Amino acid sequence: MGEVTFLDVSKRFTIRVDGEQHAVQALDHVSFTVADGEVVALIGPSGCGKTTALRVAMGLDPSSSGRVMVDGREVHGCGHDRGMVFQHAELLPWLSARQNVMFGLEMKGMRGAELRATAEKYLELVGLTESQNRRPHQLSGGMKQRVGIARALAIDPSVLLMDEPFGALDAQTRESLQAELLDIHARTKKTILFVTHDLDEAVLIADRIVVMKQGRVHDIMTVPIERPRDLEAVRGTAEFADTRYKVWKAIHDGAVVH
Amino acid sequence: MANLAEIESKAAAPPVIDTPERRQWPRWLITLLSVACLLIFWEIFGRDVNPVFGSYPSAIAVAFWELLRSGQLGKALFESLQPFFAGYILAIVIGVPLGLVIGRFRVAEAALGIYVTAGYAMPLVALVPLLILWLGLGFKVKVAVVFLMALFPICINTWLGVVAVPKTLIEVGKSFVAPDMVILRRIVLPATLPYIMAGVRLAVGRAVVAMVIAEFFTTISGLGALIINSANNFDTAAMFVPIIILMVMAIGLNSLIGFVERKVAPWQAEIAGRERE
Repeated sequence: MGEVTFLDVSKRFTIRVDGEQHAVQALDHVSFTVADGEVVALIGPSGCGKTTALRVAMGLDPSSSGRVMVDGREVHGCGHDRGMVFQHAELLPWLSARQNVMFGLEMKGMRGAELRATAEKYLELVGLTESQNRRPHQLSGGMKQRVGIARALAIDPSVLLMDEPFGALDAQTRESLQAELLDIHARTKKTILFVTHDLDEAVLIADRIVVMKQGRVHDIMTVPIERPRDLEAVRGTAEFADTRYKVWKAIHDGAVVH
Repeated sequence: MANLAEIESKAAAPPVIDTPERRQWPRWLITLLSVACLLIFWEIFGRDVNPVFGSYPSAIAVAFWELLRSGQLGKALFESLQPFFAGYILAIVIGVPLGLVIGRFRVAEAALGIYVTAGYAMPLVALVPLLILWLGLGFKVKVAVVFLMALFPICINTWLGVVAVPKTLIEVGKSFVAPDMVILRRIVLPATLPYIMAGVRLAVGRAVVAMVIAEFFTTISGLGALIINSANNFDTAAMFVPIIILMVMAIGLNSLIGFVERKVAPWQAEIAGRERE
């Protein structure tokens, strides 16, 4: 199970700039569905509302109107059915990698030997068994984000929500984590909704791409690339280039190319 | 792709802490030289001053030895330290949780913040007569004076620390459905520790001053009594003994707190830069 549905979700807030009030329509009647086991990318120019949509789905921000449903239940605040991966990992700096993963599990009520064993299992999944006793500042950016992913996955959520998870990483690290995310998805079949500003990343990882502009869903595209994907091979295919171009076009001039 | 991950994890091996540094004078040596210079200058020029109006290190050392031998100093110190530590520790025990709650909860901040801000500027000396009416002249009133002086810097620093906790760390707690009290204890408190320790350090100085004030204005006792009695006898050298002891005590407590801080918040020392000229 792990189906996410945005039903006519709007989000307004006001910001003060130089003493003046500005109303911002961050989300404007957004509706789309992420099917169970599907990977969906939210992409669009900055300020298009993609991160807001993710935060509303997580329950960190309430919507002004409309509903987000996860497995048929309306989202009211955060829940263990959703795991969040933050842009800069946001590990607790005073805890080791393993303790960071254990933190999420403890909040779910897990105790005792099971707690440590589960944390270690998920650290192994992201390849960090040897570094589990290091504190965050002793980990590289890529390793931190792996811990962030392990922490979110460990609570066994039905949906993984990721906010530009690889945006702050260097190109090489980003590629290895993208491959790992595909691998994790193949193994766990988790539903994944992720925000990105990276066209390649959206096409390489997602089954469908939701293009957002000015708070609205501008277009939803299906990526016609079979799974399992070998990222190196995929990059050379016509489907990759074609889809990437369509998404680029949709973001840039509004004219939808079909 | 596996080799990429391998390259990355190798690249991420944390640097060994001790990179070869250029030769530098150790910090303790610089401090020692500074103190030695001060003492030498004081000794040379202090001798020219009438011993009623001033004193100098060797005279103070003699006075120290005499006070110590007669047992007066030990007794006074013991008398002073009891209300000092009782008030100071009470201020930590109450100030830290109070600051956490004021910083974390909007209602608490609006309702109590104003008293804490005002309390920090409270002219405590003026209130001592009132405190005497409430608590008498003994141990209790001294504890109260020390407590009231030490409480506010601790509380305000804790409060400021909570406000400075990155919002995203709180959101980590929320996203894992941590209850408010768990967020406070397991995220806000450790993130605030460096601020709390800074407040606890600032409070040492204020608590020392408060202790002397209390000893002057309530039952004259302890080191405060030594100061007053020596001053009344125009024995300026002896008057400096408790004053210097108090300052040394404050320095000692500060180092102790620094040591405790590195024990309870080791990540902070590892993250915060000490790269200075």
